[in-house]
This record gives sequence, structure tokens and C-alpha cells, in this order.
Amino acid sequence: MSSIEREDAGQIIIEFEGQPVTAQEGDTVAAALLRAGYWTFRMTAVNGRARGPFCMMGVCFDCLVEIDGLANCQACMTDVQAGMRIKRQQGANDISHGAAP
Amino acid sequence: MRDHYDIAIIGAGPAGMTAATVADKHGASVLLVDEQPEAGGQIYRAVGRQTIKDKNILGPDYYIGRGLVSELDDSSVEYVNGATVWQVSEDREIGVSRDGIARLIKADQVIIATGAQERPFPVPGWTLPGVINAGGAQVLLKSSGVAVPDAVFIGTGPLLYLIAYQYIKAGVPIRAILDTTPQANLLRAMAHLPGALGQLGALIKGRRWIKRLRAEGFPFIKGVEGIKLMGEDAVSGVEYQHRGQSRQIEANTVFLHQGVVPNVNLAMSAGCAHRWNEAQLCWHAQTDAWAVSSIPGIAIAGDGGGIGGARAAELLGWIAGYGALHRCGRMDETERNRLAQPFQRAYGNEMGIRPFLDAMFRPERQFRIPEDDSTIVCRCEEVPAGKVREAVDLGCLGPNQLKSFSRCGMGPCQGRFCGLTVNEIIADGRGVPAAEIDAMRLRPPVKPLMLGELADLALQPEQTAKG
Amino acid sequence: MSTNYDAIVVGGGLVGSAIAYGLQRQGLSTIILDEGDIAYRAARGNFGLVWVQSKGIDFPPYAQWTWQSAESWSELNAEINAITGEDIGYRRPGGAEICINAEEFEAKRENMLRLSSHARHFKFEMLDRKAMADLVPGLGPDVAGGCYSPADGHANPLLLLRGLHQCLLAKGGRIDNGAMVTAIQRRGEAFAVATAKAEYQGARLVLAAGLGTPGLAAMIGMNVPVRPQRGQIMVTERVKPFLSLPLSRVRQTVEGGVQLGDSKEEVGFNEGTTSSVMNRIANRAVKMFPHLRRANVVRAWGALRVMSPDGYPIYARSERHPGAFAAVCHSGVTLAAAHVLHLAGYIAEGALPETLAPMSERRFNNV
Repeated sequence: MSSIEREDAGQIIIEFEGQPVTAQEGDTVAAALLRAGYWTFRMTAVNGRARGPFCMMGVCFDCLVEIDGLANCQACMTDVQAGMRIKRQQGANDISHGAAP
Repeated sequence: MRDHYDIAIIGAGPAGMTAATVADKHGASVLLVDEQPEAGGQIYRAVGRQTIKDKNILGPDYYIGRGLVSELDDSSVEYVNGATVWQVSEDREIGVSRDGIARLIKADQVIIATGAQERPFPVPGWTLPGVINAGGAQVLLKSSGVAVPDAVFIGTGPLLYLIAYQYIKAGVPIRAILDTTPQANLLRAMAHLPGALGQLGALIKGRRWIKRLRAEGFPFIKGVEGIKLMGEDAVSGVEYQHRGQSRQIEANTVFLHQGVVPNVNLAMSAGCAHRWNEAQLCWHAQTDAWAVSSIPGIAIAGDGGGIGGARAAELLGWIAGYGALHRCGRMDETERNRLAQPFQRAYGNEMGIRPFLDAMFRPERQFRIPEDDSTIVCRCEEVPAGKVREAVDLGCLGPNQLKSFSRCGMGPCQGRFCGLTVNEIIADGRGVPAAEIDAMRLRPPVKPLMLGELADLALQPEQTAKG
Repeated sequence: MSTNYDAIVVGGGLVGSAIAYGLQRQGLSTIILDEGDIAYRAARGNFGLVWVQSKGIDFPPYAQWTWQSAESWSELNAEINAITGEDIGYRRPGGAEICINAEEFEAKRENMLRLSSHARHFKFEMLDRKAMADLVPGLGPDVAGGCYSPADGHANPLLLLRGLHQCLLAKGGRIDNGAMVTAIQRRGEAFAVATAKAEYQGARLVLAAGLGTPGLAAMIGMNVPVRPQRGQIMVTERVKPFLSLPLSRVRQTVEGGVQLGDSKEEVGFNEGTTSSVMNRIANRAVKMFPHLRRANVVRAWGALRVMSPDGYPIYARSERHPGAFAAVCHSGVTLAAAHVLHLAGYIAEGALPETLAPMSERRFNNV
């Protein structure tokens, strides 16, 4: 991954699948994960196939991840925040577990 | 956010920004809602906070957006970021969701400026991780300064060459460009060249990009056909046909692009009439000279109504803004006509290049109507082309009936990435022009929202009485 | 391609398709004439319930007809499965209606007592909140309980529709899609039915065109009064299975999406959705299942029920032209089995039995 030289951006530490990931201020979750070299964000609900971000602008719904227990969040539409815990979305939303409503 | 505005504008790209700014300047109460954290739309993504040191990389056309954003900042437009509009009803009730809370807002005039999306590019393997849209790669560059070295760029259209050019300026190596522009397009496009000469600068710019890309020395192969993206759980290579030969190239990252098309979901769900446009192979909103749709009070400005590009969108935003000001009584007809006139003229000039570009970069049939039955057409529901063709054989007439045969279009993207493909496959199978196939019927919510938000929705008093 | 058939069925929705398949399966050469891709397709609005517990509470013939259909549904399902190889999602685990408060609970109990007073086979259980929660895990604390009946079930309405089409075609029948009927005339003993593109002749004519039926019926002097009644439905993204029992207003499909309804609105031919109704449906749904708050709604739509003045089906044989029939109802999924396995047989024989007489159009003639 190439990082193009920018004015200094603050660093933010998030977690993906239990591993720390260093993100930059202003990154979306998708950008941060791609920056760290992760391209597979979920396994589909229909056939269990690997998918990752595609359109990067919120219209394809392929970049879905679980963020702090909330399922099916669009990674490309969510800005990183310190301490965010992100997991791959494994199939369909499991509403009986995870974050409280 | 208040309960009511004179003018509500959805989408803060060039059209939305200019419409909002001009409406505010003439005294209307204006709401501008956008999903992104900052204004600019896709073309001017992150322009307000852009921190890439070398301004040459993104180029001067991008930084023009700064002017639009700062005019917006200086205005008293109520600009709401990070907000998703999931509904615009026929009587201009707007459903907005922000930070997990949904609410309803009313406006006397609505301007839908939701812009464009990239055209679907259904080739085998296009759903593999590592495959993204070229426009998506550009978003990554603009908003996070991230670029992916050694990507294979595949497709056609100015945006593909632009992002490749930006990569070169940034010193990021490109593995190859596989250009799928059909050879025959050039001849057809030449007929429109006279009309495009008013935009000579743009034509010269395009040629300059391509010349620079060729000079870099990586494979830049024209007339590519038969694309297949290889790999099991991620893309690992590309197979393609060139001059009758089968070729292969390794690739861990692929950027796909074959043009942009209007993002019609919100306008269609509001009931605005659309017509199939054969030159652009997509849906165009039916609008009048003031960008008003078939529904009074709802206008559609910018690429969302039909592709015109950033400058045309900006101009149409002004025109739509003046029109809306007049309709909500903030500007009389004479003044509206006088102020709008230069923008209308400039808009006409700007659109002069469209027929040439549309013809030049018209995507090849095989990349719109996949020949391989196993190619995924509906990404969300993983429906292959063969299933759609089977449905046509069983008598399916259009995309709505198709829902009885397969789940095409029933996923969260609501047909954004399968709609055009489905309609062309059905038209092809039935042996009729695409214009004869009905559009996929769309209803709110046009973006998914949580049931809890809907349950907690605060209704306006007259609605609780009806509901 | 022939234009002469033993039977012409106008309308390729759930009712028309079931009758057409039923006729073809009896050996009558049958063609369906259907309008096209965007008709007022009530099947889109059908919730997919194969439902007994709310039908004909005060009208025994309808309760009986519904019971007959529910009891023969597994036969229809097996047939469709055998011919097409497809699973149309039919399951019969019983069904429940959840009551939010004590008033709803009492009203429901009274209804069930009235139904079972004439429908002798009908079984039900009123369950308090705790007992219902054993049947339906995840049930919220803010509900009073509800009614369970083992007679109820569900299926996928669109897959059923397609399955019926495939069965008709497999047995040699035909469908003319995109064929709007413009004129119907008696020609000797048969009927001549004209569309924009062709004219068909048939010894039997069945008008099963949902909301289009009144206009067609008038062409041969029949009065079949139905009006549109809108119902709004929402469906969520696929959710991991949590609800195997169909409920009257919440149903998790085989694919995983949770379907939520409903409404009964008199708004003419308007198929739109409204935020107030969606709010009401969502509100009730999260009371029933608080965890559903976190599920994303991906689609909502309004569809028009085919509603007669008293809400019961209309099965009519023309007095002037005895080979012509009309069939309309708003429970096209529940009654699909009765339509395929019983009604089609009556139509083939040329007369409707006494048991269906209370549902003939004659009950409206003096109104």
C-alpha cells in the first residue's frame, strides 16, 4: 500500500479481528483496513463467499462489517474512532447476540 | 434540523452546493443534506480538508471544488452532514436518518442532487476481494491518501484514464491498463466531434493523459475483450482476449470502470418519471428547463438526472436554485429569467461535448450483457446471468416480474448494481429495445435503516391523526 | 400456435394461475392471458400466510373452504415440488397471532370461540405472555400473549406463483404474457377473447384478474364487485433464523428476511408507502421482538388487496353464459390448494357446488 505524503494526520488505533490497526484521522473504516492490507471484510449471507469493499461510496453494500457489536455497518461510510472493535460480518445479521438495541 | 424549509436539497456535490448557495443568497430557508462527513460529493471528495502535499497529483480541476465548498461555508445554508435521506415522498416529506435517529422534514421545494454512481461491470470474478471500482480507488486517494501499487486498470471512460494519470503523478506504479473501448466507437464518435469542439480544452486534456500514460512503459492494451478475473477468495490474475489471442496477467488488485450513470433510486422512489436513454444506456429523469421533474416541487439537478459532468452539474445547480426560488415565491419570473440566462447558456455549451464522449466510451455489449452464464449479475443476492436468462425463457417480461423467479434486486443495494444489467439481459432475451422494459419498481426506504429508527420516528401531528 | 383452448383464464396472478393449472391438470387445454410486468399484482402484497385462524369467524362456508384448502396444501406443495424440483417455502408449524394488550387478547379469545363453535376441526390455544414466549423465543416483555393454532402455516407467494406457472407449462398449458384483454364475446357455445395481438377461443372462460375483474365481468354481463384495499409491508435484510413460527404480522422467510405488516387502507389504486404506517408497523414489531430494533429494513411496499364488499371470496358462474366463471379473493396463498384441487374441478365440470353458493356474486345483486 502506498501512502501519499500528506500534512500530518493524527493516528488512531482501532482493532480488526482482534488485531490492532493503525488508522489516520479522517479515515473511513474501509480506508483504514485497506491501508493495513485487509481486503476481505465479510462472508456473504447467501453462499458464504468472501467480499470486500467495491464502490467506496456507500451504494454497493459489499463492505459490511460488524462494528462494536452492531452488524452490517458500511465500512466505507463510517469514520474510524479510537478503540473501535471491528469484525468481519459472517453471514446474516445475528440479532439475538451483539450490541443492545 | 427544523420541521420545515423553503428549499431542501439532497446531495452536496457541485449541483447541490451551488443550488443551496444561490437559494440562501436570495433569502430562502435552505437545508442541504449529505451522507458524507463533508461537502463535495464524489468528484470533490474531501476537497475542503485535503492534505495531500503535492497538489499536482489530484490536479487543478479537483481544487476548483474548494471554491464551491467555501462559498457554502460562508452562506447561512443549514448544511447537515452524515445524514442519509431514505425517503422523499410525492408531497415532499423527507425522511432523514442521522446518528441512528430518523426524522421527517417538510419542504416547499425539493432538489434531488444525488449524483452518479459507476456503471456495473459484470465480468466473471468481479465480486472477488481486491476488485474495486476505479472511482472507488480515487475516493481512497482523495479521502485517505491511500494508493495501491501494481493494480491492473480495466475498462473505458475518462475517469479510468484520469485516476491512472493521478497515480502516475503520485509516483505509484501501475501494472497495466486493459482498455475495453471498442475500436468501432471512434468512428461513430467522430460524427459528434464538431459539437465537441466547444470543449476543445477537455479533449486536449484527455489526450495529454493518455500520452503520458503510454510514455510510462507499462502495458496499455487497447481493444481488450473477454475479461475474466481469476482467484478463489481474492483476485489473483486477469485473463483476457486481445486480437484473437488469450492472454493472462497477474494481479492482486483490479480497478474496474466503464463510465458513470445516474443514481436514480431516490428520484424513482418519489415517483419521478424516467425514460431510457439509448445514447448513455441508462435512465434519465424527465425534467423541464428548470430541472423540475414530473412531480411538481421536486427538481433533479446534476448527474442524477443524466450524466453531464462536474461543471454541467454546477451550472444546473444554479438553474435549479433560481427555479426553486421563483416557485416558493422568493423571486419573480423576470428576475429569475434574467439571472439564470448566463447559466443556461453556459450549460448548453458544456453539454456540447456529451454526444462525443457518450459515443467514444460506449461500453461494449459483452461487458453490459455478460455472455458467461455464471457471471454474477446481482451482487447482493448472488444471482448469475444464467438465472436471469432462464427467467426470460419462462416468460418473464421485466425486472419486477423477475422477483417471482429470483431475488435479483431484493438486496440492500436495491438494484443499483444489477438494475441496468438485468434490463439489458431481459431486453436482449425478448428481442426488444431496452427502452421497452419497465424500470425496477423502487420504494422508500432507498437506503436501509434500522427498524428501531422507524419505530421511534417522530411523526408530524397531522400524520399521527392519519396513521 | 393454436388459438383454440378448452379453457381461457384471464389473469395470471395467484388465483388465475392456480385455477389454470388445476384445469390443465384435469386434461383441459388451458391458456392464461396476463397483462404484463407491472400490473396491480396482489401476489406482491401477499404476506405468504396459509392461515386458518382468522377466516370466516362469522361465516361458516368461508371457514370450511379455508379449512379444506389448508388441509390439502401439503398435497399441492408436493406436486409443485415434484414437477419443478423447487422448494416454495411451504411449512406448517402452526401459527400465532400476538396480542399486545388485554383488550386485544379478550377480543381474540371471543373470536376463536365463535370460530370453533361452527368449525369443529379447528383447534386453538390462548397463551399468556410466558407460554407464548416458550413458543416464540425473543418475545418482548410488553405483550399480553396471543393465540396459537396448529392449523396455520406459510409459503413464499412469489415462488408459489412461479411454481404454478411452471406446473401449467409442464403439463402442456400456455401463458400469453403482456396480453391485455380488450373484448370478450360469446361465439356459439364458446367465448372469443381479444387482446391487442391475438384472438383466442375457449369453451370455458375464467375471469380471475383481481382488481381488473369487474371490467372484464361487465363485458359478459356479470357483476363482480371488488375494490382495492392497500396493505403496506416491510422486509428486513437477511437475519439469522430466530422465528420458525409464522405470526400474523411478522414472518421470517426461508431466506432469512423478516417480513412485517400490515395495514388496511382505503386509498384507491395507490400502491405507495407512508411513513406513518411504516412507523406503526415498526413500533408493533419492536414491541413483539425488541432485538429486531437492530435489523435493517431494506424494502417496503404497498400492494392492493382484492376486496369484496364483505371481504369473502366471490366464486361466480354466469347465468347468461354458463361456461363463464369469475373467481376473486384476497387470500390467494391460503386458498391456492382449494383452487387447484377443488375449484378447477368444479369449473371443468361446468357448475359450482352448493357449498360455494354462499360465496357467489348473487349475494350482492340486491344490495
